[in-house]
Amino acid sequence: MAGPLRLPGNPDVRVRLRALSLVAPLVIFVGVTFVAPLGTMLMRSVYDPVVADALPKTLALLSDWDANELPSEAIFATLAEEIKHASSERTIGRVAGRINRVQGGFRGLVTRTERELRTTGQGTWREIMISVDSLWADAATWHAIKVTGERYTARHYWNALDMQILSDGSIARQPEERRIYLRLFLRTLMVSGLITLLCLLLGYPVAHFIADSPPRQGNLLLILVLIPFWTSLLVRTTSWIVLLQNQGVLNDLFVALGLIGEDGRLSMIYNMTGTIIAMTHVLLPFMVLPLYSVMRGIPATHMNAAASLGATPLQAFLRVYWPQSLPGVGAGALLVFILAIGYYITPALVGGSDGQLISNMIAYHMQTSLNWGLAAALGGVLLVGVLILYMVYERLIGIDRIGLR
Amino acid sequence: MNHYSNSISIFLLITLLASACGTDQTRSITAVSWGGSYGKAVNEGVNIPFMDSTGIMVEVEDYNGGLAQIRGQVEIGNIHWDIVDLEIADAVRACDEGLLEPIDIHSLPDGPDGTPASEDFPDEVQTECGVGSLYYSTIYAYNEEYIANNFESEPTTMADFFDLETFPGRRGMRRVPQVNIEFALIAEGVPLDAVYDTMSTSEGLDLAFEKLNSIKDQIVWWEAGAQPPQMLADGEVIMSTAYNGRIFNAQVLEEQPFVIVWDGQLLDTGQIGIVKGTPRLEDALRYLQFATSAESLARISARISYSPVRKSGMSLVTTHIVAGVEMAPHLPASPANIANALPYDWEWWANHQDEMNERFSAWLAL
Amino acid sequence: MRMSIGRVIYLLICTLIFVFLMAPIIVIIPLSFNAEPYFTFTEGMLRLDPEAWSLRWYREIMTNDVWIKSLVNSIVIGVSATILATALGTLAALGLANSAIPARRTIMGLIISPMVTPVIIAAAGMFFFYSDLGLGQTHVSIILAHTVLGVPFVVVTVTATLAAYDFTLNRAAANLGAGPWTTFRRVQFPLIAPGVFSGALFAFAISFDEVVVILFMGGVEQRTVPRQMWAGIREQISPAILAVATLLIVFAILLLLTVGWLQRRGESSQ
Repeated sequence: MAGPLRLPGNPDVRVRLRALSLVAPLVIFVGVTFVAPLGTMLMRSVYDPVVADALPKTLALLSDWDANELPSEAIFATLAEEIKHASSERTIGRVAGRINRVQGGFRGLVTRTERELRTTGQGTWREIMISVDSLWADAATWHAIKVTGERYTARHYWNALDMQILSDGSIARQPEERRIYLRLFLRTLMVSGLITLLCLLLGYPVAHFIADSPPRQGNLLLILVLIPFWTSLLVRTTSWIVLLQNQGVLNDLFVALGLIGEDGRLSMIYNMTGTIIAMTHVLLPFMVLPLYSVMRGIPATHMNAAASLGATPLQAFLRVYWPQSLPGVGAGALLVFILAIGYYITPALVGGSDGQLISNMIAYHMQTSLNWGLAAALGGVLLVGVLILYMVYERLIGIDRIGLR
Repeated sequence: MNHYSNSISIFLLITLLASACGTDQTRSITAVSWGGSYGKAVNEGVNIPFMDSTGIMVEVEDYNGGLAQIRGQVEIGNIHWDIVDLEIADAVRACDEGLLEPIDIHSLPDGPDGTPASEDFPDEVQTECGVGSLYYSTIYAYNEEYIANNFESEPTTMADFFDLETFPGRRGMRRVPQVNIEFALIAEGVPLDAVYDTMSTSEGLDLAFEKLNSIKDQIVWWEAGAQPPQMLADGEVIMSTAYNGRIFNAQVLEEQPFVIVWDGQLLDTGQIGIVKGTPRLEDALRYLQFATSAESLARISARISYSPVRKSGMSLVTTHIVAGVEMAPHLPASPANIANALPYDWEWWANHQDEMNERFSAWLAL
Repeated sequence: MRMSIGRVIYLLICTLIFVFLMAPIIVIIPLSFNAEPYFTFTEGMLRLDPEAWSLRWYREIMTNDVWIKSLVNSIVIGVSATILATALGTLAALGLANSAIPARRTIMGLIISPMVTPVIIAAAGMFFFYSDLGLGQTHVSIILAHTVLGVPFVVVTVTATLAAYDFTLNRAAANLGAGPWTTFRRVQFPLIAPGVFSGALFAFAISFDEVVVILFMGGVEQRTVPRQMWAGIREQISPAILAVATLLIVFAILLLLTVGWLQRRGESSQ
């Protein structure tokens, strides 16, 4: 052993330090490669300097602008100047994109204005810009610039909760057609709850059956649960597409059996039904395994004793077996629920348009709309939810017992 | 040795892996295109000859339109796409937003007949950052086998596509607002030359969305151009909008019984652009010059039924390289096909794309 | 033996659930031998007409550069992430097995958190984080990401093995004059090796199946098998993905059997 640390005194401290030094590399690793990225994401949800950096003078002037009036010529002139500058720096697209999220149509407005600014020089800036588009005479446009000009902002969180900041600074609900995220969060919770319930309904008898079988047979049956568990998620999702699609195996089978007509093929995939079926299948092993490990520990003699004391099978089950299996039910249900509310791949592939969950919305804002602040805020809300559940799990069940085997 | 040296060796391992993956000996660029049979045509007609003649590797990535990925890369400052094959409206918007390198048309090679590039490319496809490539069109197609077995007549007009009574069944449409809005209005009976004027009024747009709404629950949305032929072959849909070349290739290469309905076809052109700020600008420019030469465009036209925008390129288009079919009658601009065609107004879309995207996704989510 | 009606229903239900679990996985295997480019059984296949069955999709993936490249990427990334995760995870599990360690629950909670945090959130954060560091679209960032996603599985598995380990053996070795490293290498590691290896297999399986991180952070150079499947499923390009899926099922069964074998060995050796 090369150069051991010479620690004075208490051997207890030494043992502790040695244990800590074994754990330290991983703790540091998780801190840097996991916690820090989450921190970066949360930072993005409250911090956005793009507009503030590009339009500093306009924003300074706008800070004492009376929202009821059209901004002064000085503000128009400054903005025109800064738009031209940002355009030559090629940052105008990013700036306009930001503001566009608060005020739809802003990106097009800036593009048209910028093209116009390159050529004309007649009249005041105010006249020129309003002649390009009357949106420049709309206080909402200026309010949008002001709002996105804040470096530190809570607006993404308000947005994630279907609220908006009005021009007078007050908070109000979004107009009806833009309230989507709360509904989506709620849908995610309900779908996850339903999937958890389905997993419990399907997992409980199976886990009991395996736990109840003689060891050899039980191990064999357990493999039937473990094979799906180990099989690639994408493979299982592909399988469900093959089974459920319009011209898929199940529909073909139903038609061949005469259960449905050729034109009565069922739409079982690319919608919520597809999401629920495929996710239940994917998550079922996470329910069966913890249930099984608890049920294996319930002595068969208890049920026999209950029966010999005159209990009907149902009574014996409800009064003797079910209470003892509850830790497994809790562990499995929480695990499935936690995994379900953050699920992305399966709904993205088989969910069509109505089978999407909140994760898919986060991916949409990450990859398509590029509203990263909002994506981060939605992720932040989801993360808080998951962490709460995780802590409940830790308190009630203990993470050492997270079911894997 | 103790656990400290263990963590040191892990650190060394990371650096080792980093250096192993970081050093790339060969020069390469990433050219982004539309995948499927078109991607294959570009690969065989442009990328492979380019690699052979320059030694620069071309990595291919697929894409389905829009500016999201390019905006994302420029925003985060990590450019890994060099060349993008864009829809013209996207190319114009990207240019205005500073996402593409401006291209001087005089830097492009002359046509084989000596026509300078500035005259060889028609004026209407010359933009600040993009270089015109091919004419293509969005049409709708159906599987003749299925239609003949299940219906008495065959669809012939755009109105038939929206007619659920005569042709009940699912339809494929691209999951974007453009083209679909135009098709809805054409089906509604709006004359071709009034389509974009109608779209500039809010009543006109309401009318289009209403029309789309009437078949909404029968629409299967596609994103990649390779999907419609697959959906038609699988019977997932009875008809689908599609790019004409994909359907043509399925007809001649896979002998699929597909029929193209040219009525109301939307004629468009593609553009090739270079992503602003790419560290491989020089190689990207070489690729661009190569890819937009009349010869390269004609090689694509020998593999899929799109025609070169370069005037000098048309004379080089003859037959399909595998099937040996004469290409001319299958091109969007052939006289028989173009009778009732609408040229895509990319200026309208460059100005309205963002608003329309918002409205469209809100409508989809309803 | 007579069975009550309840028992019959119960057996029937359990059988159906097992069918639900296994059918999707089984059904894909014969379909991968389809001679036609469809995702369903053709009439010929049902008649067992040899013409209707073929290896064409296997031939296609074996000869397709893109699939080969993505397999190489998957292996490079998977193996690197597995080595890192196993080393870090085993060390940490050894530390956590020491009852003297302070704040054990908190540390454990932190280490396990990547397992329950929705991958989409982690991937979004990592996308920003590594891009800011200039490591976007590199193998390094993906290997690090996969390591941290796989490490909880190593820790949990090794911790479970260590729970059965008799720590007096360490003291015995020390009394015989062995240093901590020698004790670990000669005494402790051989006994917990099965747990370490199954942890490593878990970590490999996680990396080998991961697609969200790749979608967010990987460029064309980091294409892996799941990323390629994702593209195939989204755009329904060809049944070649069924052939890949079949190979992955075989691979999963091999992994599963290996882990089972390791666990039995681990139990018998202690």
